Amino acid sequence: MTLVYLMINGLQIGSIYALVALGYSMVYGIVKLINFAHGDIIMVGAYSTWYLMSRFSAPAWLAVTATIVMCSVLGVLIEKIAYKPLRKSDRLSLLVTAIGISLLLQNVAQLLFSANPRMFTNIFTGSVSIGERQFSNATTVTIAVSIVIMLLLTLLVKHTRMGKAMRAVSEDYETAQLMGINVNNTISFTFALGSGLAAVGAVFYCCSYSQIQPTMGSMLGLKAFVAAVLGGIGSMPGAMIGGLCIGIAESLTKGYISSQLTDAVVFGILIVVLLIKPSGMFGRRMNEKV
Amino acid sequence: MPKLLKSTPFRYALNATAAVGLYAVIMALINTGILNRYQALMLIPIGFNIILAVSLNLTAGFLGQLPLGHAGFMSVGGYAAALFSMSVNLPTNIELPLALVIGGLVAAAFGVLIGLPALRLKGDYLAIITLGFGEIIRVIILNLKFTGGAYGLKGIGRQTTVTWVYIFVIITLYVISTLIKSRHGRAILSIREDEIAAEASGIPTTYYKVLAFSISAGFAGIAGGLYAHYLSILDPSTFGFMRSVEILVIVVLGGLGSLFGSVISAVVLTILPEMLRGFAEYRMVIYSLLLVVVMIFKPSGLCGRYEFSLGDTIDNFFSMIRGSLIKKGGGSDDASA
Repeated sequence: MTLVYLMINGLQIGSIYALVALGYSMVYGIVKLINFAHGDIIMVGAYSTWYLMSRFSAPAWLAVTATIVMCSVLGVLIEKIAYKPLRKSDRLSLLVTAIGISLLLQNVAQLLFSANPRMFTNIFTGSVSIGERQFSNATTVTIAVSIVIMLLLTLLVKHTRMGKAMRAVSEDYETAQLMGINVNNTISFTFALGSGLAAVGAVFYCCSYSQIQPTMGSMLGLKAFVAAVLGGIGSMPGAMIGGLCIGIAESLTKGYISSQLTDAVVFGILIVVLLIKPSGMFGRRMNEKV
Repeated sequence: MPKLLKSTPFRYALNATAAVGLYAVIMALINTGILNRYQALMLIPIGFNIILAVSLNLTAGFLGQLPLGHAGFMSVGGYAAALFSMSVNLPTNIELPLALVIGGLVAAAFGVLIGLPALRLKGDYLAIITLGFGEIIRVIILNLKFTGGAYGLKGIGRQTTVTWVYIFVIITLYVISTLIKSRHGRAILSIREDEIAAEASGIPTTYYKVLAFSISAGFAGIAGGLYAHYLSILDPSTFGFMRSVEILVIVVLGGLGSLFGSVISAVVLTILPEMLRGFAEYRMVIYSLLLVVVMIFKPSGLCGRYEFSLGDTIDNFFSMIRGSLIKKGGGSDDASA
């Protein structure tokens, strides 16, 4: 009985991780950058939905749509302003810039909304009962919508022109350019898509964990990143399955061992994966050319 | 005369004199009251930030790897030093250095333990795995009994003085700058320039990577010990990812691969927030903005790879005077002709 609940809870938080991990993975696949600011996009999404709903009493669907658009724009802006000038310089400076942007977003949020946590009212109230078991709507909607989004995303990457361009750019940046693909647009599109997914993840996260803080994104983002590494960074099915695995592992640790040790278990998984198979479950092994 | 100026013993004597002289100046400023009690106390955080930045620069700037778990080593060293000094009862001037050395050694041992597996990875993956280890260290300290758990470790003797901090800053700078100039240092630099080429030239890259990593961890541990005996309380939540990032910001702003840059930037970035007390809430915004702007416009940091050398500066000064004298002589010759 508890096992089923723990698994369902794990799937719920896992699908949020998967949505965020997809953003990490797509961006890494294309620009080879661990986008540390990605976690903070979640935070921005959470604050923006909360603000629109509590201050302007906007209906939920409008607030969520506006948030998705805003986060996508923010993602593209960050890429254009901070990452694009450094595309040719070494990876270390790019990584440090990403950390800087992440700090910036956190501190601006702290300035605007203070460090005190805000309460987010659940959009998906009520619950459904399947057989004898009751599940809150937040749980079922999160899992169902995430699955639909992942299916749509797979179709987009496999069957549209933009998806083809994304795959080509991540395969070989310069050759793609020679083949007439607009690399800048493709990268912007990837950032927009990833940030949009993070915004959706943010809304789902807030519906079940209700507290919003300026620093909420960093741990959530790090765990989603672990999920991306577990699945094989750069691989989309990997990010999805990795996210679900991390979610379930976390939920089982909480249920059977100790809720304080969840972070240690997640990072332990990361270390084991990196040591045994750094390319993850679905990643391709990359050899360095001399 | 120029030969004497360039000889190693002379350079050592010069630098030792300068170090003692600077200490005398600082002490005089404190004793005469020009630096008030509060400002004198600020010298201690400046000192351990210098040690942290310089030690991180060894791995980030000279070895060319990006570790994101420096605060983890700092906490290990801090707890080891504090637990030692709390369990023994020796005169302060023996207990503190002993505790610091133990803290440093324990942190260096952790450096080897973590470095051996972690340094098999490169670049981004190394950054992430050290981040993971840093977080795990924090969670473990949080859940252990003898570290005080989430309540922190209280009642550590306030033994850190300006003198001890100064001594350890000088030791750190001496060890790391001579290490870099040595044969081992050149091996470390060659790994930064091209790891594959270094390995092909017969340099045991794993050995040197772990060596640099654990030395860096050891000094972070010493800084942690100084920190513990300065605040007299250790709270595991202060050693999170953000702390590592703060140290990284100091190093990157000063210049990856410039010890001089790290020292200057540690001094400035420790004093600046104190001066900006009135704008406390803008402090971190300015910090992060500065980091991004510097990265975009000057990715090599403010000092690049510039190193300050007292001997060279004096040499240059003398040769400048000589040069201008000769020029003057030449000028008068022209006029008479």
